[in-house]
Order: sequence, then structure tokens, then C-alpha cells
Amino acid sequence: MTHDNGTPRAGISRRRLLQTGTAGMTLMMSSVAASRLAAQETSGQVIIGFSQEPTVMHPHMPHIEVDEGIHFNLFDPLFTVDPDGNFQPALVSEVPTVENGGISEDGLNWRVKLRDDVVWHDGEPFTAKDVKFTIELQQNPEFNAMRRTGHELVRNIQIVNDHELTWEMESPFAPYPAILSWTFMVPEHILGSAEDPNQTDFRNNPIGTGPFTFGERVAGNYILLNANPDYFGEGPHLEKAIWRYIPDMTVLYTQFRTGDIDVIGLQGIQPDRFEQAQQIEGREIIVAPSASVESISFNMGKPQFQDPEVRRALSLALDRKSIVEAIYYGVPTPTESFLPKESLYYNQDLPVAEFDPAKAAEVLDAAGWMPGADGIREKDGVRLSFKNSTTAGNSVREQAQQFYQQTLASIGVEMEISNLPPAVMWGEYWQMSEFDTVMVGINFSTGPDPDVSNYLHSSGISAQGGAGQNTWQYKNDRVDELLEKGGSLFVPEKRKEVYDEVQMIVHEDRPFLPIFQYANLRGHKTGLEGFKPNVNVRIETWNVGQWSWADS
Amino acid sequence: MLRFILHRFGHSLLLLFLVSILGFTILHLAPGGPLSQFALSPGMTQAELHKIAERMGLNRPLPVQWFDWFTGLVIGDWGHSFRDGRAVLDIIMGHLFATLLLVISSTILSVGLGTLVGVLGATRRYSAFDYLATVGAMIALSIPTFWFGLVAIYVFSLKLGWLPSGNMYSIGDESVLDYARHLIMPSCVLALVQVAIWSRYMRSSMLDVIDQDFVRTARAKGLARSRVLYAHILRNALIPMITLLGIQLPTLLSGALVTETVFTWPGIGRLFLDSLGYNDYPVIMGVLMFTAIFVLLGNLIADILVASVDPRVRLE
Repeated sequence: MTHDNGTPRAGISRRRLLQTGTAGMTLMMSSVAASRLAAQETSGQVIIGFSQEPTVMHPHMPHIEVDEGIHFNLFDPLFTVDPDGNFQPALVSEVPTVENGGISEDGLNWRVKLRDDVVWHDGEPFTAKDVKFTIELQQNPEFNAMRRTGHELVRNIQIVNDHELTWEMESPFAPYPAILSWTFMVPEHILGSAEDPNQTDFRNNPIGTGPFTFGERVAGNYILLNANPDYFGEGPHLEKAIWRYIPDMTVLYTQFRTGDIDVIGLQGIQPDRFEQAQQIEGREIIVAPSASVESISFNMGKPQFQDPEVRRALSLALDRKSIVEAIYYGVPTPTESFLPKESLYYNQDLPVAEFDPAKAAEVLDAAGWMPGADGIREKDGVRLSFKNSTTAGNSVREQAQQFYQQTLASIGVEMEISNLPPAVMWGEYWQMSEFDTVMVGINFSTGPDPDVSNYLHSSGISAQGGAGQNTWQYKNDRVDELLEKGGSLFVPEKRKEVYDEVQMIVHEDRPFLPIFQYANLRGHKTGLEGFKPNVNVRIETWNVGQWSWADS
Repeated sequence: MLRFILHRFGHSLLLLFLVSILGFTILHLAPGGPLSQFALSPGMTQAELHKIAERMGLNRPLPVQWFDWFTGLVIGDWGHSFRDGRAVLDIIMGHLFATLLLVISSTILSVGLGTLVGVLGATRRYSAFDYLATVGAMIALSIPTFWFGLVAIYVFSLKLGWLPSGNMYSIGDESVLDYARHLIMPSCVLALVQVAIWSRYMRSSMLDVIDQDFVRTARAKGLARSRVLYAHILRNALIPMITLLGIQLPTLLSGALVTETVFTWPGIGRLFLDSLGYNDYPVIMGVLMFTAIFVLLGNLIADILVASVDPRVRLE
């Protein structure tokens, strides 16, 4: 039933006919029945290939990106975020804002109105009780919650009636709408009675409100979701959605070429196959921007990097253009900021970082960093020599490291490449700022929200007792002040001024050197409609409910 | 015979015990843990991860964790996966079918073909066929399974479109025929190397027997050629093969890992690799213990079989 244009595979009907047994017959009949109704009903199926396996079906337990690829289709948040960064109502009848009175001017009081026509997959009605339960679950100290940020501030949730509720915030927190757009509602009537919130059958039998219901998961093989006929929103148009787990990138690509999978999802097509992939007949290749920004990150706690002139010189010696063009096949986009270019908050006025190794040498000379006996620059007993680390085994990134290393050597700066296995690299070594420099891709923003306090506020330095991801140990009082202000403003135009200034200051301070904003290569068979990359979510299968096959 | 079996059984249990301690220690000594993958997730903090680790009992002293796990193992409770929370034994059983299907079909293929080639090569020593078989075996042994698998997919799926490029069955069509279509390429790829090994062993084993006195006596008695071949030579030459089969079983399981990856076959090998990637301790230890039991059992059965087939071994 998968649409297969241009591949000489045997038709499925012939295989079906060869089948024996009543199960096969029933299946055949049901598929015939379904295709008759195709005009107004769901029809067809889609097979999506993922190189990682979704295993965590409970959307609030610790999980990784791939799992969210399933969550988005089984569950709904109160409102979703579209590719342009706008919130769209899902379970609410209206997205709460300051204008419509859903959020008070000071951001402290919320009033949320729900749709009254939503039912859970088991037929129970969805009500305000479920919303209250979901938010309180994130606050439950016994629960292994994936994300407490934001939810921790919610107080005094009051159920006005079945479809309306109010709550207070301990302090105004502007990123909360963005966090809620990722917070999938879970059923109170099923999870509420669990003795241990971490050990429930829900992990393998999830019940949501989403466009698809849970079919089955064959571990190590695939996950099957079925259309939810009672879905309140648009779609689903497909009868079935199947995620196949294909662990090897070469095999994933091969199955995309042979047509065994309709969509190549995470981690998609490797940049070195981009050109070849575009030649495959009957396939559409999509360059999907991602919010992750690749950077050279400095540990400002180390003596080499405390002098801003050193960081300026190292920026002058970084040939971003060649890295993007030659090493990454021109797929990603060069960038100057930590926010994605698609964001409303991206500062368009940031100066473009130049590449000029001769000038880099001059800057270092002028700042008093002079070559020592071995040709490596030094100042006050500190050698301009450091390690650069990243996840071992990422061959493309290793090439970028070597390329940068060569340029640096030509201006008397020594960079040693020291890569580590992921578990070591991103553990204390990164979190507690034990590194010198790191080449890393980070998604700084909270979905469509520009709040980056977790990364750039001085209270986020774990190595200095803070709680956050400010691993550069970056400290700027003005940035702290601006981030606090930006986090409490709810009007986008006013917030933009604040974050424009933050981006300008960080661009001048250079705790890290942005190289490019990632783009992912995805693809699907021609004829699949509705596939829409969304920079504000972490996975491309966020809207399978809206996918359909064009009549061919 | 019974004493022999009991003796070997006792040995096996001791070995399993040692494997459990060694495996557990080495696994936990490796840096990182099951929670390190969440360290970079937006909104996750180190403090929160510590709390989760505590609730999962990962902060307890290693011997305590081992004891807890081992007592569970003995009473049949192998723990639950950190990833999806399912019982480890259920997970293993789910993947076992896939691996066994692949390994058994490729073993039947390779043993059958390998024996035939070996016997023909030995009876027609230094013939054109013998040379061809020798060269063919060398080539088959030198080709990496991964590469061979990809070439097979390229030819039979991409260019000719005869066979599916992977997976165990088409979802929604789980007929025997569908399984068979999916099984052809992976089992042939996996069997290729095995045929090579098997035919070489079979050939030399045949040659060991072919020149022995009792064969010459049988021929001198005027027995038919075929009777000498089947009743005298082949029966004796097959005895070392039983031991070989016992030793080859674990190799097949690891060889299946590569094949399972190329053909996205949801077997034990891939389960093990995935679990390693996520530091899913209960599943890793489960597969490790299961494989150890499998290997020991394979050897035990091979020994018993040899003893029952070969009277010379039984006499001791």
C-alpha cells in the first residue's frame, strides 16, 4: 500500500494472494474495504526509517529525540508550535496570551480554556483534570521527570470546570509557553492511580489524544501506529504509520534508495551522499534547518582564554566558509549567533566574522603574545597551547578540527586534538568545565523561545556551583541583567530588543565561535504531502497526522 | 556417562558464576552510565540526574548491586531494561527467534554445502574441482561480511529488484513465504564464510580417514565404492565435525551480528550492540549470561554427542 513510484518491486497484491490462512484473508479484505473509502477516509501507510530506536513511550520519562518522533503522534500538547514559531491551538480552544487575557500582564496568572470534544484513545473524555495531573506529575519529587524547568514555578492549579483551569506562577517565566508546546498531556484516569509513577504499564501501552493510536512495538524492529478515527483535529489521512529501526547509516540510505522506506528520518542522508541522493528518481530530498549551532567553545576558566584578544585572534583564524563548503558539502548555513536564523529573535545586524590569519597574528603580537623558543606564542608564562575535544568517531568533525589546527599552527598557536568517547566527553569533562576547547553542536533555544539563561547566565556555571549548562564559565553582568529582563517579558517586540543586545554582546565577547547552523538532509518518496521540517522541534515526524499520499 | 555429564555440568556452572562477576565488574568500570545520554537534553540538570540515579539504585556499592542482580538471575528474574522497562528475559526471547531463524537456516545451508564440497574435494583430490573449491574458499574467507552484504543488496534489491533489501518480514504480511523471501539474502551471506570453513575442515577430515588401514581393508574385501565412502569414511570423518559445530555456534552468533546489521534483522547481536550503546546494564548482562549459557550448552551437547557416536571416547 506504500506508494512506490518507479521501483520494479513485485506488487503487494500478488504477495497477498499467495498468502494462506484466515488472518491474511481478513487483512486483504480490510485493505480492499479501506481503499474503497479512500476518498473521505484514511488510506495508505507510510514507513519512516530511523537510525535510532524509539523505546520510551511515556513522554515525560527521560528520553531522546527519536522518542519524541512517536510522542508527537500519540499525544497532544495544549498548543503546538509551527515552523514559523507561532503557537497553534491543539487541546486548548485558544492559545493563552496577554492580549486575550489568558496570561496576566505580569505573567503571573494563567487561564486556560480547553476544547470540549477531545477523547482519549480509550474513549474517556479529556478534561481539565488531565492537565492538572500532567503539570503536577512534573513536580512530583518521586517521578523521573525529563524536564522540570518552568513547571516547577506553577502553583495553585484550580479546575474551574471540565474545560477551563487557572494557575499562578511563582515568578514570571516567558519561556513557559514554549515549554508547554512540548508538554504532552497524559491521562489522569490511567496514571493517577499508579503506586510508583516510574513503573507503569503506560511505558509500553501509551494512551493519548493524538492523531494515531498505539499499535505495536516489535523491539529492535519497528513501531506501528494506527489512525485514530476520533481525532479532533485535522487528519490523520494515513491508515498506518510505521517507524522502522535501521541502525546503520549506509543501510538506512540503501533502503531509502530501494524504496523499502518511504521517508528517511533521523539521522537522514549523510552530506557526502547529498549529490547522489538528488539523482534518485522518484525521491525528494529536503534540506531541513536544525536549531543546533556548531561552535568552537572556549573554557574561559583556563588562563589561555581569559584575554579577549586571544579569542578575537582565534576567531580571525577560523575559516568558516571552507569548513562549510569543503568539509560539510555546503549543507549547513554559516551563522553568527546562537539562535537559529529562522527565529524572530535572530539579530540580523551582527557583523560577519572575517577570516584573516595575518591579522590574527598581528592581534596576538599587539596583545603581547610572542613566539617562544619552540615557535609557540606565550605571555606571562602561559603558552598559547590547548586541547580541542569532541566525540570520538565523528570523522567529519575530525576533519574540521585538523583543518583549524593547521591554520593555528601557521600563526604560532598549538592545538592538540584529544577526542573522547561520548559518555566521557559529555559527562563531567564538559558539564564541569574540565576541557580547554570543544567542537560541539548545541541547541541553545527553548523551542521557539529565545531564552538562553541556562547557557549564558552566570548562575548556570556548574563548575562554580551553579545549575545550568554555562560550561564556558561565561560571566557578563550586562548579559545577566538582560537575560533576567528578557525572561519576564511576554511581548515579543519588547523581548526582541533585549535578545538583540544579548547576541551583540556575546558576539563581541566570544565565549564560543559559531561556525554554522546545522541542516539535516531528509528525503521522502515523491507524492508524500505534508512533510514539513520544523526548526522549533527536535524531530521531523512531528506532524505525521497531516501527511498524505497524492493521488497518482 | 552420567558422571561425565554431571562433572561437565558442574564446571559449566562455575564458569557462569565467574563470567557474571567479571562481566558485571568490567561493565560498571567503563565510564559513563545509562543516564549520561540525557546530560545534554534541554532542561535536564546534573542534580536531577543524580536523583534519578539514586532512585534507580545506581549509586549503591557495586558488590551490593551485583548481589541483587545475581540473586534475581538465579530465581529467574533477570531485571528490567532501563530503556523500555520490559523484562530482560522477554526482550531476549523476542530477539532470539530472529537470530535462531537466521543462524539455523544458514547452518543447514553451510553444513550441507560445505560437507558436499569437502567430500567431493577429498575424493577427487588435486582435481580441477578441488583447486576451484580451495580458491573459492580462500576468497569467501577474505571478503568482509558487511561488504558482501551490501553488494548483494545492490545487485538483488536495487538493480534486479528480486529480493527485499532487509528486515525479517513485511509488516502486515507475515506469511511463511514472506519470511522466506526476506531470509534468502542474509542466510546466504552468513553461510558464505561458513561454507568455506566447513568445506576445508571436511576435506582434511576425510583425508585423515581415507588412507587408514580399515578403509583399505574394506576396499580389499570388495565392498562397493559408495558403501566404503558412506559407511566407513564419511561416518568416521564426521566425528570431529560434531565438535566443530559446538565450537562454531558462538562464532555464528557473533558473525550474525554483522549480517543482522546489514539486513536490519532484529536479532540478539543487534540487541547487544544497542544495549551497549545506551549502557542498558540489565539487558547487556542478560545477553552476556544467555550467550555464555548457550556456548557452554553447545559444547556440552557436542561432547555428549561425540561420546555417544564414538565408542573410543566412551571407553575412557
